[in-house]
Parts: sequence; structure tokens; C-alpha cells
Amino acid sequence: MKSGSFVQVRLPSELGYEKVAMSTAASMASLMGFSTDRIEDLKTAVAEACINAIEHGNQLNDSLAVGVVLSSTADQLEVKVIDDGSGVRDLPTVPDIDRKVLGEEGPRGMGMFLIQGLVDEAEWHQGPPGKSFVRLVIRLDKEGQ
Amino acid sequence: MQAATKVTQRWTTTVSGSSVAILTFSGDISSASKDLILGAYHALDGTAAKVLLDFRGVEYINSSGIAIIIQMLLEAGKSGSHAFGIFGLSPHFQKVFTMVGINKYATLYSDESAAVAAL
Repeated sequence: MKSGSFVQVRLPSELGYEKVAMSTAASMASLMGFSTDRIEDLKTAVAEACINAIEHGNQLNDSLAVGVVLSSTADQLEVKVIDDGSGVRDLPTVPDIDRKVLGEEGPRGMGMFLIQGLVDEAEWHQGPPGKSFVRLVIRLDKEGQ
Repeated sequence: MQAATKVTQRWTTTVSGSSVAILTFSGDISSASKDLILGAYHALDGTAAKVLLDFRGVEYINSSGIAIIIQMLLEAGKSGSHAFGIFGLSPHFQKVFTMVGINKYATLYSDESAAVAAL
């Protein structure tokens, strides 16, 4: 696959469609030569980013779409997931499993933490409707994975 | 457009004679799976001191699905009823479950025989 390739997907704001973005990202990463375990990391990160965009950004509003833009260079794949929300204000926190199991905090709220832990770069950008996005990057390592 | 979750229940016995309930999941595990999975767990109704969760047939699990497993652990902790084990996770999801700390409350095993032997 030549460097500088660009793929765009628009998802309905309905849970389940994150799998379309996940499969697209996995296909692109595979063409670029990423290892299976890095592709699995990317799939989970992209799915979680899309779920956040569908649920929180677009509030499950079926008149809105989630944009997914995948861009490759020679050594990295960037994925932007764009929604119509106002963006994320708080950075991810490490889930406290003890508090969750004790019922002192909700069992959910792990998506951003997983995204940050599974990709090489994760940034959340606030913007006007249609301009808020999360940007994920995975890099090919020097061993040529 | 979420794929269906399936949950089946079966039983096995440890070497020491304890009964172990095994909940076998297949399909996708997401927010849509909550009632089915917690319903299957509630149906055990305290009849098993040990519960194994079998993920071999799971094709997709997201953080909302992981939250359902945490909810199960929360309920077990409140009732003081069950020891949990998990097997059949892919290496990737073993990593994800470890990242969020589930392995602190449910040991991750490579396969069913290792899990039953350890319980």
C-alpha cells in the first residue's frame, strides 16, 4: 500500500456500527504491515473511540453521523473519529477496579483509558459541532512489524 | 446493529468434588448483552460456589461488555457467594482485562482444564 493513503467512513450514530470502523482500520493496518497484536490494539481503540462518539458526542442521535478518517504515512497510521459533541474536557483516568467492584463508582467509564493504553498517541480535541475529534496514532516500529 | 450474545450454562466438578458453574458466552458482548448475561448469572441463584466464564466463542467485546463482567463481580462480592475464574480470552483481551484490573477479582486461565484444576 502506498504511503499517504486516505480512507474516510461515515457511521450512523447507532451502537454496533463501531465495528465497521474497526474492520476498516484493521484492514488498513494489515495492508501497512502491522503485526496481529498491534492490529488488535488498534481495533479496540477505534471501537472505543467510535462508541464514545456515538453515545456521548452524538448522543445516539440518528440524524448525526460519526466521521472516521484514516491516513497512512510510511511509518504510522492516524485515525480521527469526529462527532458533533462539544468534545472531551477531562483526560482519561485509570479505572479503580476496587471502587468499581465495591460499587463506589460505576462499572463503565474505561473506554478512554483503554484507548490511551493501546495506541502510541491519543489526543482529544474540543471544537464546535462536527469538529470535535479524537486522534489516534499507531506507529510501525523500527523492526518492521 | 449489535450482533447477538448467547449464554449457555453447564456444570463440572473439581477433583475435590466441588461443583463449578460454567457460563459460556458467544457472539458479541456489549451494552446490549447486559440483561442476558446478568440474567444467566442470577439464574445460578447461589447454587455454585465457583463460577467460570468461558469466552472462547466471543468474537467482540467492548468496554461496556467488560463493565457487565465487573457488575457480576460486584454482585458476587456483595453476596460473598462466588469465586470467579475466566478462560478462553484471546491474548489481546487477556491484556485488556489485566489493564482494567479484572484479574484481581477473577483469575485468568489459559483453558478450562487449567481453570477447573486450580479452583
